[in-house]
Amino acid sequence: MQSPDGALAWRRFHLPRPTGRQGDLESNPMSKGILYDATLCIGCKQCEQDCAAENGLPYDDNIAAQEVTSAHKYTTVLTKDDKFMRRLCMNCDDPACASVCPVGALKKTALGPVTYDKSRCMGCRYCMAACPFSVPKYEWEKAVPGVRKCIMCSKRVAAGKPTACAEICPTGATKFGDRDELLEEAKKRIHDNPGNYLPHIFGETEVGGTSVMLLSSIPFSTFGYRTDLTERALPMYTYQVLSRIPDFVPLFGVLLGGVYWITHRREDVAQAEAEDNQRKGGVQ
Amino acid sequence: MTVPRVRFTFWKAIFLAIMVPGIYCTYLRFFHGLGAATHLSDQLPWGLWIGFDVMCGVMLAAGAFTLTIAVEIFNIKQLHSVIRPTILTAFLGYLLVCAALMYDLGLPWNIWHAIIMWNPHSVMFEVAWCVMLYTTVLALEFSPIVLEYFNLQKPLRIIRQFMVVLLILGVLLSTLHQSSLGSLYLIMPNKLHPFWWSPLLPVFFFISAIAVGLAMTIFESEMSSKYFGRELELPVLIDLGRALVVVLALYGILRFEDLYHRGVLKLVLVPSYQQRFFLLEIFLAVIAPFSLLLVRRIRESAQGLYLAAVLTLLGFVTNRLNVAITGVESASARYTPKWTEVVITAMFVALGFAIFGAVAKYLPIFPKEKAHIPALREPAYAEVAVPVHAGD
Repeated sequence: MQSPDGALAWRRFHLPRPTGRQGDLESNPMSKGILYDATLCIGCKQCEQDCAAENGLPYDDNIAAQEVTSAHKYTTVLTKDDKFMRRLCMNCDDPACASVCPVGALKKTALGPVTYDKSRCMGCRYCMAACPFSVPKYEWEKAVPGVRKCIMCSKRVAAGKPTACAEICPTGATKFGDRDELLEEAKKRIHDNPGNYLPHIFGETEVGGTSVMLLSSIPFSTFGYRTDLTERALPMYTYQVLSRIPDFVPLFGVLLGGVYWITHRREDVAQAEAEDNQRKGGVQ
Repeated sequence: MTVPRVRFTFWKAIFLAIMVPGIYCTYLRFFHGLGAATHLSDQLPWGLWIGFDVMCGVMLAAGAFTLTIAVEIFNIKQLHSVIRPTILTAFLGYLLVCAALMYDLGLPWNIWHAIIMWNPHSVMFEVAWCVMLYTTVLALEFSPIVLEYFNLQKPLRIIRQFMVVLLILGVLLSTLHQSSLGSLYLIMPNKLHPFWWSPLLPVFFFISAIAVGLAMTIFESEMSSKYFGRELELPVLIDLGRALVVVLALYGILRFEDLYHRGVLKLVLVPSYQQRFFLLEIFLAVIAPFSLLLVRRIRESAQGLYLAAVLTLLGFVTNRLNVAITGVESASARYTPKWTEVVITAMFVALGFAIFGAVAKYLPIFPKEKAHIPALREPAYAEVAVPVHAGD
């Protein structure tokens, strides 16, 4: 059977491949994205404020001063001298969080946002452990806690509107649109103005690509972004093992049963011989 | 005669000293949340309860499947006498792991969601199903011991008819479960330190489970000979010790090859926080017990075997804690468990010992001195060929 792996690809049953960009499927033409261009950002933190309002989170000067994302702050603008950088959920194309969630509480939607459904969640926090960007946060202080993270304004996006952060941005530093178009635009900006940018679109290939992409003039690592991330979609690491389990179970089961049969055969033979001896009135 | 009585009250006092704060910590955990009861954070969402109670709990239960393979599948008869305590340990271990999970899960009342809300791409999904199914299988494997005690012959006959299937199912499920606890970390190639992240994680977890299964059986046999006053079956333990040398050697070589191929070997010599824990783990789990067991005089003595077994157990406990905690810590995010976490963990350990002691006291777990002990699957041959035992 012809498959994306080539003619000799091993067809694995029961478990479809992860469906992101690195899952060898066509990129989703509907997928929306966010392009954040740090060189256009003036650090006004309007995005933080509007994000809080959109998600029903508190916001005041104290919270504005917190340069970390948390259960009550889904995005933050980081400041380094006169440079800025945003942090928010990258909404990966093939998200580790959604892949590891045993109950499917986290989902990658066709439009791009990675959403969370608390009514399914059982609180194992595997999503937090697995996220390469450590994005999901937990309501540690609550007796009935949930995971909190930026969900790329999934309801607004579904209604055809841009995310709150992109809509409010006064300079266009945060831009919402089709991911493919935004990627082209990012490439064009770097090409037209190479002195102004690092030649790196963060999120183009990291962990298989992300819906949120970042441009910067100074290294992303300055703001704590990891630049050693694999380009492979993370769920593939798991898939390589999990997809073999349906093959493994009958093989190993038969092997165990077979060994049992052989090792106990000797016993049956011995028993038959013993009975035989008894019938012959032999000495026991 | 007063000595055992004193010892009993001493352990009872220890048990109460752990249970009372344990109940308070339980209140804290369920009424004030994980934040009040743990030092977990957004950077380190898994701590002692996952690293020890779950990961080590499952690992220490590995004696059952290791010995089931040896005794029931490979039919190595001389190991028969130690299989029942391993099944009791595993059954108790899994029940305690389930209980500990209820503490660690943020929304434990939703745990049943795993049964109906499937995501087969998640290793946690596999883990959840393995826990559910293997706990059930262990309950059934354990049931003949209870049925025997109450002399319920009819259900006993029924369960023995299915015992072979159950045994094979049990080995399959625990193979999957032991390895899947390693697979949990496959998706974190950039988060788990290269000393521990490896594409071979499931293999390492599986092989180390076998080593721990053997070590745990030696440990339990010696403990029970000490505290239940039964005779020590040294020849059996020496066999287990020999198997342990081989498994440790396999594990050590595979770990070395893996580090070499991934180019991580040079990091072993560079001092760092992770390096210290790595060296401790390798010394305790592989180098020390392997070297000890290589010496014939040590391998064939009760004390030597006990020491090697305890070192192996400590070593692989260190390994699991390293994977779960040390390997994901960073300079900006260090984790030391809160006292409440330690108390809850101690509570589960204490419960394990107490229930094991109580069950071993009343149910036929250990063989009576030199008496015939029926295997899980009653060997028909033994009854026919050796009718002397029919009166047991």
